[in-house]
Amino acid sequence: MKRFKGVTLLAVLALLVAACGGSTGESAAPSGDEKPAGWLEALGAAEGELNLIIWPGYAERGEYEGFNWVDPFEAETGCKVNVTAMTDSNNGVQLLQSGQYDGGSFSGDASVRLMTAGDVAPVNVDLLSNYAAVFSGLKNQAHNSKDGMPYGVPHGRGPNLLMWNTDVVTTAPTSWDAVWDGTAAVNGKISIYDSSIYIADAAIHLMAKRPELGIKNPYQLNEEQFAAAIDLLEKQRDLGVIYWGSYADQVAGFASGDLVIGTTWQFMANVLGGDTTAPKVETVMPEEGSTGWSDTWMMATKAANPNCMYLWMNHMMSAEANGQATVFFGEAATSEAACDYAETIAPGHCELTHASDEAYWESIWYWATPREDCDDADAATTCKTQDDWVEAWTTLRGN
Amino acid sequence: MIRRITGWFNRHPRATLGALLAGPLGWISVVYLGSLLILLMHAFWSKDSFTGKVEPFNWTLDAFVQIFSNPVYFTIAARTIGIALLVTISAAAIALPVAYYMARIASPRKRALLLVAVTMPLWASYLVKIYAWRTILQTNGLLGWAISPFGLEGPGLTEIANSWLVLTYLWLPYMILPVYAGLERIPNSLLEASADLGGRGWITFRRVIFPQLIPALAAGSIFTFSLSIGDYIVPDLVSDAKFIGNVIYDNSALGSFPVAAAFSFVPIVVMIGYLLFARRLGAFESL
Repeated sequence: MKRFKGVTLLAVLALLVAACGGSTGESAAPSGDEKPAGWLEALGAAEGELNLIIWPGYAERGEYEGFNWVDPFEAETGCKVNVTAMTDSNNGVQLLQSGQYDGGSFSGDASVRLMTAGDVAPVNVDLLSNYAAVFSGLKNQAHNSKDGMPYGVPHGRGPNLLMWNTDVVTTAPTSWDAVWDGTAAVNGKISIYDSSIYIADAAIHLMAKRPELGIKNPYQLNEEQFAAAIDLLEKQRDLGVIYWGSYADQVAGFASGDLVIGTTWQFMANVLGGDTTAPKVETVMPEEGSTGWSDTWMMATKAANPNCMYLWMNHMMSAEANGQATVFFGEAATSEAACDYAETIAPGHCELTHASDEAYWESIWYWATPREDCDDADAATTCKTQDDWVEAWTTLRGN
Repeated sequence: MIRRITGWFNRHPRATLGALLAGPLGWISVVYLGSLLILLMHAFWSKDSFTGKVEPFNWTLDAFVQIFSNPVYFTIAARTIGIALLVTISAAAIALPVAYYMARIASPRKRALLLVAVTMPLWASYLVKIYAWRTILQTNGLLGWAISPFGLEGPGLTEIANSWLVLTYLWLPYMILPVYAGLERIPNSLLEASADLGGRGWITFRRVIFPQLIPALAAGSIFTFSLSIGDYIVPDLVSDAKFIGNVIYDNSALGSFPVAAAFSFVPIVVMIGYLLFARRLGAFESL
């Protein structure tokens, strides 16, 4: 047998070389003029399929009574919609970079990275009839445009909230202290978002409690500020925190009573509110302010179905779809027309979510990516990077 | 022409063999080993820390530096290996009496029933079983309800011991079956000889049965150990703990492929070591 080893090894090597040779032939983008990659000059025929990365709850087709904006889209355009839910923004970036999707709904901590990397394409908003009606406060923002060009259309925005079980926590909390300091009643049953972006929530708490640290932006932390945030998170973990990776984990935990207080999206409170067997929950936007998100539908530069993606972006700005989607998730609608439609499903929705109240959004720190240059003009300052945040989160969760 | 080709192959038997093996070997090397190689190569590639893009063929040891400089990765590896060893030991401890009863004491009818009972859980989906355990272990779960009269509370879903329990449950059949087969292979005459020489039950077990069962136990332990070391769903769902697999999964889901790839060297090295050890114990002869 030994004498054949050389032969088989050669056969294997030859095949490997052949296989590798095929994968290095990267084709260059065939852009003849100055139009950016992925730019659409005019709408063509719908491709019949659309593959999206979504936040859970962003593409409903009637599982919950009265909320269905995917089926009407499919019926109207013939684009069959397939969705993959991301667990957090880092996951969303990774999914889009895998190259199998036409686009998705991205928060600021994903959208800026995707624009910088060239993974998403600028959007020709002239082709989107519903874009004109969108609130101007949502257009051409840092998280959805680059060099003055829009890179997507808004879906909705909202803050991360504090939710609690009213049977266990009888006096309504008004600050985040409840999840940082703990009490005998809630220790071991605190529910925290399992993502490195949650470090910013610790930073917001420090902005209120330890002003001497000088935190100006909870996403851009220097060595000392970062260490203080991690220290706080370690203390919190030792109170007996249960981390939720998917919204369903948190809903199940609150329903069974294993969780009684924690950070959430209004969406989970809505789901629990619709479950008559679950304990009653309430939410509040704590007085220190909060992290939050402003989500954008973006198209992948290499989208296989760009026309369906444009149709989807336009659909998601329509009064019916945006009204339903934002009521369903409990976030702010993106246009006056969507607001009016939302009011017909959930009276008071737009005032409750501060849809057009730009002053309110000043107190919300939209999710953003930690950057080495601190995202400021001062060249002398350096901050912890995205990788540092992810590694710190691994360390926090792994010990 | 054809005659010349066949003639050439006839005169070169090695080339014949090479051509014959090229298909299957090509498949295994390109599809299986090739993808593994690309995966492991990621460990040596750098990554843009802002956009998260991997830069292929931009060689660096950053991922390994990160893994070796942060003690948390050692803690996670030690936790995973420790639980995998505990699972293996407890599965063996349960499997020995069960398999012994099945192979030596039970009537043929009972034996068939027991075999069905042991393999039955393998018919159910792995996830379904884990979720069943979640409903048992959660604070207000079945276990909590059963022990509440004694003033005790259910363990909840954060205890690391839950992973030990559930993994032992999941992989137990993979230990029982080889041990059962190993016990069946021991001829009765050996046991009779031991009895004739005055060996009582315990002595016979310790000095006649157990030494012959070591290959079977080693074979079973390959399953329990390797399946435990690679599992990442059980620790996540019943313990909220991080195992090696969770760190690899988390990092790849978050786009930190180099770190995920670098950390995947750990279970590979551990498993190669374990397989070499199991081979010394004769595990591969009794599979």
